[in-house]
Amino acid sequence: MTVVNQSPDLAVMSSAPAAPGPDVPRSLSTRSFDDRASWLAAMVGALGIVWVAFQVTGWSGKLGFTLLWFAVYLALYAAVTATGNPRPVVVDRLVAAGVAGGAAVVGLALLSTITYTVQKGWPAFSHWSNFYTETAAGVRPTAPLDQGGILHAIAGTAIQVGIALVISLPLGLGTAVYITEVGGRAAKTVRTVVEAMTALPDVLAGLFTYATLILVVHLDRTGFVAAVALAVTMTPIVARSAEVALRVVPGGLREASLALGASQASTVWRVVLPTARAGLATSLILGIARISGETAPLLIVSGASTYQNLNPFAQPMNSLPLYIFSAVRSGQPNFIARGFGAATVLLALVTVLFALARYLARPKRGNR
Amino acid sequence: MTTADLDSPRQLGQVYSPADKAFRRTAAGIGGTVLVLTASIGAFLGYQAIPTLHRYGLSFFTESQWLPQQDVVGLSAVLVGTVEVALVALVVGFPLALMTALYISEYAPARLKGWFVALIDLMAAVPSIIYGLWGFFFLQPQTIHVSRWLAQHLGWIPIFHVDTDPNSASWAQTRFTASAFIAGLAVSMTVIPLACAVMRGVFAAAPLGEREAALALGATKWGMIRTVVIPFGQGGIIGGTMLALGRALGETVAVLLIISPAFDIKLNILQVGTETTSALIAGLFGEASKAQLSALLTAGFVLFVLTLAVNTVAAVFVNRSRSGAATEI
Repeated sequence: MTVVNQSPDLAVMSSAPAAPGPDVPRSLSTRSFDDRASWLAAMVGALGIVWVAFQVTGWSGKLGFTLLWFAVYLALYAAVTATGNPRPVVVDRLVAAGVAGGAAVVGLALLSTITYTVQKGWPAFSHWSNFYTETAAGVRPTAPLDQGGILHAIAGTAIQVGIALVISLPLGLGTAVYITEVGGRAAKTVRTVVEAMTALPDVLAGLFTYATLILVVHLDRTGFVAAVALAVTMTPIVARSAEVALRVVPGGLREASLALGASQASTVWRVVLPTARAGLATSLILGIARISGETAPLLIVSGASTYQNLNPFAQPMNSLPLYIFSAVRSGQPNFIARGFGAATVLLALVTVLFALARYLARPKRGNR
Repeated sequence: MTTADLDSPRQLGQVYSPADKAFRRTAAGIGGTVLVLTASIGAFLGYQAIPTLHRYGLSFFTESQWLPQQDVVGLSAVLVGTVEVALVALVVGFPLALMTALYISEYAPARLKGWFVALIDLMAAVPSIIYGLWGFFFLQPQTIHVSRWLAQHLGWIPIFHVDTDPNSASWAQTRFTASAFIAGLAVSMTVIPLACAVMRGVFAAAPLGEREAALALGATKWGMIRTVVIPFGQGGIIGGTMLALGRALGETVAVLLIISPAFDIKLNILQVGTETTSALIAGLFGEASKAQLSALLTAGFVLFVLTLAVNTVAAVFVNRSRSGAATEI
């Protein structure tokens, strides 16, 4: 009964702190007003000082302006911080500002690469009626942008990447299965060699294909030979990233399957590979993205046609990277513009493949 | 019967069913194929290199000119150019990659971290021909001013010297284009994401307990990074840089688009003209004669040995930093 009597007091006590809402987490940010104000003051102050300096001395140049601004900003920031803080805090803030500056340089470089390519490529890229439906056959390099297109290069890249995929998918995946599921000392050797080969210069894949298929087997510089060179580049990449995807499959799943009496073959086929499906798809897509822009091996083993050639076993075949390369080296403004248009297509393709890979590899929520 | 006999462990043999035997043999066969395939890259290039090395001997590495018509070929100038471009790429790329990795792993807001990681991965996926275009058409017209500034103020250092008067009003812009410096800048774009990804990986794996211990002892964020994150990530920093070096030594198209070929041993990186091994191979292969082809294949073999050595050292460092950082449960 006493419990009931006390309940109104308890209710009052519990309702009072609940007024701001249910369980708002406290902000753990350690940034004080002082931090923000000195940062902003240093930024703006440095801008003013450098602007005045440029007006007075007659200096010029955007790059010099930005660099000087950053240097003066660091100095001001250090000076302002030093007025009210001990030395470790000054160093801490300076390092944070410097690190953020370095990251910003990398971000700006990437941003400028993408925007510059798209901006220069847009005139050709936006000729929807002919750029994607016509080839370069009979089109002079100086011809205006509403003539000719890159259909032959797109088709060539699609065919070559397709053949390379057919070759390197079983090889790469099989190697990954061998390393993770079969194991043993030999598998370790395979893994070491594959890992070393992923970092090898791409031009060597072209040289190797040339030394074998063209010098020894006497094939011509056809689309198929180009595709083999791409497959040589792609196989170690796929094998390595697929191996990572298979390695993270929990061992408990394998053991559960084996304990239920499944053979190792069906464990791999029905448990391991389906579990790692997303990771495997990601590794394949990243492999495709990598080889669709691969230029160096193609310069060595592939010819470049100006007409549509869908047969990979006869006549040379063009591809996007080769087209870009020959276009930008031609010196003709219109041909260079087409090259940038093709580069924009390539960039868009890589970005889409990359986004697809990220989407497939996204962390699953509430699915366990 | 002694106790030792009783305690000896039972043999734990494993009997595979025929289906499993077939599966294991197929997998081993594929693995073996890939092993043979990749290993034969070195073997084939080495085999093709024998006649050239036999013919020119050591002069193949000391001769600087590349004149196959006159039967004079040598790699010394090309190797110097290769190293120069790679070093420029590393000197520019290493601090930027390190700062970017530190920023993403330590300073970036938690919400944006995933996006930044994705951006660096995207940067790695952009084909190098695009960085070559960017370097040639966008970067070069701006960078020659930086080159000129360096030549003006630091020209007394041999590497920044240019054989022209950088101070004259109508300065010779063409003396500053197509240089190892500009090619190195474009190559740095291809190696930054590679090095950054490795470094970020090891920074993120620095143990939480030690981080919190440092902070609890009153360290600032930088103090914590200096005493915990960087020492733990040392192997990754070195390994990532070596991987970047291997990549920079072999980068082809970005260099080929920017440089103009020159076969003289020179240290002034700001001046027009240089040559790297991979650009030499890709640039001359199309119209090469039979004798020249074999010389180019030999150059390829040299490049193979060079990058394999660098990458192996890198792998040792990266693997050493990895062991212990991730524990299997």
